[in-house]
Amino acid sequence: MSKLDKAALGEPDSVAPSTADDAFLSVRDLRIHFDTDDGLVRSVDGVSFDVRKGKTLGIVGESGSGKSVTSLGVMGLHRSARAKVSGEVWLDGQELIAADPDDVRRLRGRKMAMIFQDPLSAMHPYYTVGQQIVEAYRVHHDVSKKVAKQRAIEMLDRVGIPEPAKRVDGYPHEFSGGMRQRAMIAMALVNNPELLIADEPTTALDVTVQAQILDLIRDLQKEFGSAVIMITHDLGVVAEMADDLLVMYGGRCVERGPAEDVFSAPRHPYTWGLLGSMPRLDREETDRLIPIKGAPPSLINLPSGCAFHPRCPYADIPKDNVTRTVRPELTEVGGSHWAACHMTQEQRERIWTEEIAPKL
Amino acid sequence: MSDDKDETKTGKPDASGSVLTKDTTADGDVLLKVTGLQKHFPIRKGLLQRQTGAVRAVDGIDFEVRKGETLGVVGESGCGKSTMGRLITRLLEPSGGTVEFQGKDITHLGTGDLRPMRRDVQMIFQDPYSSLNPRHTIGTIVGAPFKLQGVDPEGGVKKEVQRLLSVVGLNPEHYNRYPHEFSGGQRQRIGIARALALNPKLVVADEPVSALDVSIQAQVVNLLDDLQDELGLTYVIIAHDLSVVRHVSDRIAVMYLGKIVELAERDQLYRSPMHPYSKALLSAVPIPDPKRRGVKSERILLKGDVPSPIAPPSGCRFHTRCWKATEICKTTEPPLVELRAGQQVACHHPENFEDQQPQDTKLLSSAHEAAEENTTSAVEK
Amino acid sequence: MGAVLLLLVVSAVTFAIFFLVPRLGGQTADQLATQYVGKDANPESVAAIKQNLGLDQPVYEQYWHFLKGLVVGADYTFGPDATHCSAPCFGYSFKSHIEVWPQLEQRIPVSFSLAIGAAVIWLVSGVTTGVISALRKGKPIDRISMFIALAGVSLPIFFTGQILNALFVYEIPIWDSIDYIPFTENPAEWAWHLLLPWISLAFLFSALYARLTRAGMLETMSEDYIRTARAKGLKETTVVSKHGLRSALTPIVTIFGMDFGTLVGTAVLTETVFSLQGIGAYSVQAIKDNDLPIVMGVTLVAAFFIVFCNLIVDLVYAAIDPRVRYS
Repeated sequence: MSKLDKAALGEPDSVAPSTADDAFLSVRDLRIHFDTDDGLVRSVDGVSFDVRKGKTLGIVGESGSGKSVTSLGVMGLHRSARAKVSGEVWLDGQELIAADPDDVRRLRGRKMAMIFQDPLSAMHPYYTVGQQIVEAYRVHHDVSKKVAKQRAIEMLDRVGIPEPAKRVDGYPHEFSGGMRQRAMIAMALVNNPELLIADEPTTALDVTVQAQILDLIRDLQKEFGSAVIMITHDLGVVAEMADDLLVMYGGRCVERGPAEDVFSAPRHPYTWGLLGSMPRLDREETDRLIPIKGAPPSLINLPSGCAFHPRCPYADIPKDNVTRTVRPELTEVGGSHWAACHMTQEQRERIWTEEIAPKL
Repeated sequence: MSDDKDETKTGKPDASGSVLTKDTTADGDVLLKVTGLQKHFPIRKGLLQRQTGAVRAVDGIDFEVRKGETLGVVGESGCGKSTMGRLITRLLEPSGGTVEFQGKDITHLGTGDLRPMRRDVQMIFQDPYSSLNPRHTIGTIVGAPFKLQGVDPEGGVKKEVQRLLSVVGLNPEHYNRYPHEFSGGQRQRIGIARALALNPKLVVADEPVSALDVSIQAQVVNLLDDLQDELGLTYVIIAHDLSVVRHVSDRIAVMYLGKIVELAERDQLYRSPMHPYSKALLSAVPIPDPKRRGVKSERILLKGDVPSPIAPPSGCRFHTRCWKATEICKTTEPPLVELRAGQQVACHHPENFEDQQPQDTKLLSSAHEAAEENTTSAVEK
Repeated sequence: MGAVLLLLVVSAVTFAIFFLVPRLGGQTADQLATQYVGKDANPESVAAIKQNLGLDQPVYEQYWHFLKGLVVGADYTFGPDATHCSAPCFGYSFKSHIEVWPQLEQRIPVSFSLAIGAAVIWLVSGVTTGVISALRKGKPIDRISMFIALAGVSLPIFFTGQILNALFVYEIPIWDSIDYIPFTENPAEWAWHLLLPWISLAFLFSALYARLTRAGMLETMSEDYIRTARAKGLKETTVVSKHGLRSALTPIVTIFGMDFGTLVGTAVLTETVFSLQGIGAYSVQAIKDNDLPIVMGVTLVAAFFIVFCNLIVDLVYAAIDPRVRYS
């Protein structure tokens, strides 16, 4: 399938550099810049990652880290003249950035689908839930409204909405928050997409509902074997869902690797900061949290060198002021575990085991 | 507050209250006492605006806040925790029950009579963006309480405001800046500075960190901690994030549909929650440790949604979603009683404790379903 | 129910203004009656008029008579003959002694035709311009149309109307005259002869609606649900028309109902410029003459249209926005 597509596009295989063989989605050096009145906003500035089928990639970061923009970039939803998108997005062997926008549109909703944070504002208030799912199905399937509605009811049932045949005619505002998110998921999955991007899917929900929704996404992933990208600021959610982890800061990836490695042996001070900032129910009560000083940077005026240096307590460890002048590249710190930091491996390992880990 | 006044308070025939104050803290001054607190918002319909029902946002709750402690209040949206916060700060007038602050009944005081109390009770709001007037400098915002209360601080308002700004970790020279020049975390600090201006005794914080980024949350949580140590503040912190609440609170009240279902010392609640709802709530919190993913079968997945507060279920309000619910849960509302020292629970069949209604063993059909849901989801993993 | 109440209030207030204000100014019933008889007033005719019009009765009674006349008609005596004024009876003009309702009946279609044609033109052109502007925000076409829109909003109708009139009726006589030809008689002629007044009236409004639509579209197109629609893989045209425009039009419907309802009774300037015999023009003279029956008639008809249009708007609104239906 992927080979055929490439051939159809007339692209030689070698164009996709170092793509993991079995990756369903490969993003290479994705850059999304916005021209604004205040200056050039580098929302995403060179991000690469792979997602395999049946696996979940978690993207973590604070507001303005570029995590949502990345996902919209993969979906090809930055069509404004002000957005400059470069890099490569390979979906099932097909490159999307340079592709005809209409071809990308045909993939959207069918091969790749998205769930958004706030299902109340993400669904059209004037159309019934059923109409919206039917619409999503009929864009990609040439079937009658009746057939599509049957499919919508099926999907609502599948995501655990009681009395789907009745609720299908309800409007979004008549659903509770949790039910709305379920309907949103039904809408995203109606075409059996192979890539599902969930952008903060549970942030607007209560914990018990969050547990239900995460459980549902997990089940559905198992059933359909889709690749999932889970974008969130909540490390707890990521730990539960993700196989791989990508930590973003200031529009760049600062650390990525298998989730277990990143959690058990993080190799970037920002990741340490995130872990230290959050109170945890699985640990003995600590006296104080260890916050990161300062606030996330402005994307128009990113700090020079390592963007994290003004907030990093270890910025002075590397010699020659290098943290302020040179941007650190991602380097491999262990089996497919990468981090972008000027400190040496040994320094980081020591700080983590001696200073950070005991306090968590 | 004088000591003998205190004696009369603890000597009141409120059994659970007096036991608690004796047992748990030496510093047992009761600052705020809430009894049978209710707030029903009427629903009106039609041309004549006749009342057709009521949203029973807070429906009869009792608790005390002791001097110097932090009471955390958790619950999901619609449980009435925010309404409760507005009732005890008297931003809303209760429809039933009483609120006593420092032994004085403030339940139905008018605006004028509330004035002195307003100095002592302050509120911090969730959204640092909408709660600050964008047209005022932060100097004006933080100094506003002095004007409203007609207080003239030593050294002048400006000096005092600058002191407050430095207390909350802001640059005092930013006195003349406007809110939009600050980040979310800094704005929340401004809100805190404003709340502290008049040296309040009680600070009620409604979701003080939930709008902030993780790294900033920790800064604000630490700040609240420090301020409590330095100024001897008493907090009521309302939040939906159970990890944050555990971190900041001494005691925690769990609310469900306008009721307190469990009120306990922090460690007791988190180690061995007694109310099934507390247990489900705690088990739902995702743990930031991928290694635990395999051992998560203890998670309790609640079915469905919280019922409407317009027509809450009879008996125990949680019985429609509870896996232990029996006939009595449907008919009789369990009282909030202290089953273990420092742990009050309103449940007929508590977890981690002996059954209060052992004779009633027949599970409701809804309970069967709820239990099934849990076993299947556990097996699947 | 509410609508009827509103009409009652409007009529009562108008009645009160035109009856009470002169009296508060110190005029007696005799003086008022004299005014209506005119220069050759003699005591008998004054007394007759006074009695006839009920000017010597208390206000509430006069008002009651007026309401009764509206519903069942009324009998008047002028001199020896008794005349019956059938329902809805707005009475007789104080000035010309002509029955008011037949006059209104003749003029309502004129004003209504003027308003409805203009409305169609401004809705179509305004909304289209607004949508295009919004989708091409910042591009030349947006700037140009918004400039024209600004001009349209700022130019008064007697200016655009006069110019059109001068150009196409006198300079280059495409139209020999601007007339009202009843729709029932000849629809084509009806439209053709009203085209100029329509255009001049619509110019102002379409400018307004273009700006409104543009603002509404810009807001809607940045909504989350638009992003969702795109994420589904819908074509951009579908996204704009089915998801964007529908929401953006909701506030426009409300404003349109108001504007249209108001316009029926108040297109005075256009009617005057093009010498059309509509109710707006009718009311102007009546106000000058303090001719209460006409003023009452016009006011009630205008108010009726406003109330009626708002009723329609409410219905349409509920049809568009399901959230309105349940509250």
